[in-house]
Amino acid sequence: MTDNDVAVVRPKQRSSGAPPGPAASAPSPSPERARRRTRASIRTRERWAALSFLSPWLIGLLAITIGPMIASFYLSFTDYSLGYGEWVGGENYARMFDDPRLANAIKVTAVYTFVSVPLQLAAALLLAIVLDRGLRGMAFYRSIFYLPSLLGGSVAIAIMWRQVFGTEGLVNQVLAIFGIQGEGWVSHPDYALGTLIILHVWTFGSPMIIFLAGLRQIPTMYYEAAKIDGAGVVQRFMSVTLPLLTPIIFFNLVLQIINSFQSFTQAFIISSGKGGPADSTMFLTLYLYDQGFTQFDMGYASAIAWLLLAIIAIFTALNFLMSKFWVFYGDND
Amino acid sequence: MATMTETPTPAPARPRAKQSPATLGLKRFVFHLVLIVAAMVMIYPLLWMLSASLKPINEIFADPGLIPSSWEWGNYADGWNALPHPFEKYIWNSMVIVAGSIIGNLVSCSMAAYAFARLRFPMRGMLFAVMLGTIMLPIHVVIIPQYILFNNLGWVDTFWPLIVPKLLATDAFFIFLMVQFIRGLPKELDEAASIDGCGYWGTYLRVIMPLCMPALATTAIFTFIWTWNDFYSQLIYLRDVDLQTVPLALRLFMDSTGTTNWGALFAMSIVALGPIFGFFLAGQRYLVRGIATTGIK
Repeated sequence: MTDNDVAVVRPKQRSSGAPPGPAASAPSPSPERARRRTRASIRTRERWAALSFLSPWLIGLLAITIGPMIASFYLSFTDYSLGYGEWVGGENYARMFDDPRLANAIKVTAVYTFVSVPLQLAAALLLAIVLDRGLRGMAFYRSIFYLPSLLGGSVAIAIMWRQVFGTEGLVNQVLAIFGIQGEGWVSHPDYALGTLIILHVWTFGSPMIIFLAGLRQIPTMYYEAAKIDGAGVVQRFMSVTLPLLTPIIFFNLVLQIINSFQSFTQAFIISSGKGGPADSTMFLTLYLYDQGFTQFDMGYASAIAWLLLAIIAIFTALNFLMSKFWVFYGDND
Repeated sequence: MATMTETPTPAPARPRAKQSPATLGLKRFVFHLVLIVAAMVMIYPLLWMLSASLKPINEIFADPGLIPSSWEWGNYADGWNALPHPFEKYIWNSMVIVAGSIIGNLVSCSMAAYAFARLRFPMRGMLFAVMLGTIMLPIHVVIIPQYILFNNLGWVDTFWPLIVPKLLATDAFFIFLMVQFIRGLPKELDEAASIDGCGYWGTYLRVIMPLCMPALATTAIFTFIWTWNDFYSQLIYLRDVDLQTVPLALRLFMDSTGTTNWGALFAMSIVALGPIFGFFLAGQRYLVRGIATTGIK
């Protein structure tokens, strides 16, 4: 995108030889030189203007993003704890290898991500395809399916979830109608993570909207051509819709994986901030919070933060590498 | 679906003609039925919580139905006053942060977006790439040094750590959203403005911003929802009871009531979701457009 952008701008820069400002039309002894000078001064003015427009962002970038990133990397080699800290070399990173709670946190986060994201995207894609038929009432359905993804991140919803899946909650009341005696899902180490996964799947609305936008982009003539060639519904889906949608599936996949590695609120609320029962909902982010802001072991917490970043970066990179094998970018249309 | 369920026949020209209007109607009916059931399953938990907030306490966990036997509006009064402060205090605190965040994002992100979309300057491509990169940066990587920084400034237990970053355009997602939007505006407008004697600031304020209203509305609505819902940074920076916001108050409520007053807790949860629901109803158009053009929740 950025390269494109530069390519578009450059020719304009060259052709802006005669700016329509008053200076260009003013009589001067050497019009050629004057024009060149104006052009240079316009460019300088533009640069200063750009700097002033960008200044809040630049200050933020340095003071609130890049500065703290560097500081965080440095801290991960210290035993910093509010006010005090000494250089300890790679001790924090070495410590990770015999920290069973950390290993567990990585496992919990990974299970959560790799179960909930595919389910969520499958639901989103299914509903998007169903809703893409331009039915009457489509806007209504779209709104209802979208609503949970707006609310899903809030504490109120997490509180609700905790009760819905509680011992006497809605799920068990419904199960009781069928004569099934349910567990206290959120307080059982085997099932607590499952409730969080369901909560994540429940918020499939926003990827669904992206899929819907993507489906709109597929020219109807492809479907007509496929129909004429005798392709049935399934075949049309497999050979037209799905390949043309792969860039959007990929986009959603990258985004949702990055997001779900960072989930915090729901697990925090459902486990009362403890990642329980028995650490079964202890996400990496919760462990980081626990180490950094409860134990105030900020050096180790910083190391965990970099571990999280590394994991996210690795999976994003893997995603991009694998995309070569399945994402279809229509080259010849 | 109604027209496409049985067409793998090699007679492609008019598979539709085979279906009588009655079967078509029936199929459409079944189709809507399935969708309605799915939609009900999706929002049933929300409706359940809404009804639970109005039920007598002994009924909440006894009956999965939606109609309370008696309407307990008292749950709302109880919840409102169950915490050290009346609930409006927490709403007010949340609103202050939300208002600061919206103003900050609108001003700072639109300025940066104008520069990226319209002005030429050195290293533009690289800075743009850096900006895109920061969208994906997990907050967890910078939160500890940020905390130390704001702690040294004496800002912990104030609203500043939650508002100042927005004034400095750290929500780069909105810069991207507005860059995309501004690029879609015809450049001739800028040129016309400059012929009429507008400088860069004049063009930004009088030409670009008025035309950017849809993007600004999307930004404002998303900022509202995200800030209103935000729990992580508020949890970290606001420990003082007087500064608690709605999400923090709910958490406090949940942890302190144990298993006693569910009706009141649900009532306050409904209060907390109310504004988001309102924005959802009023601003759906902008939300959907924002997601569809940039692809972020």
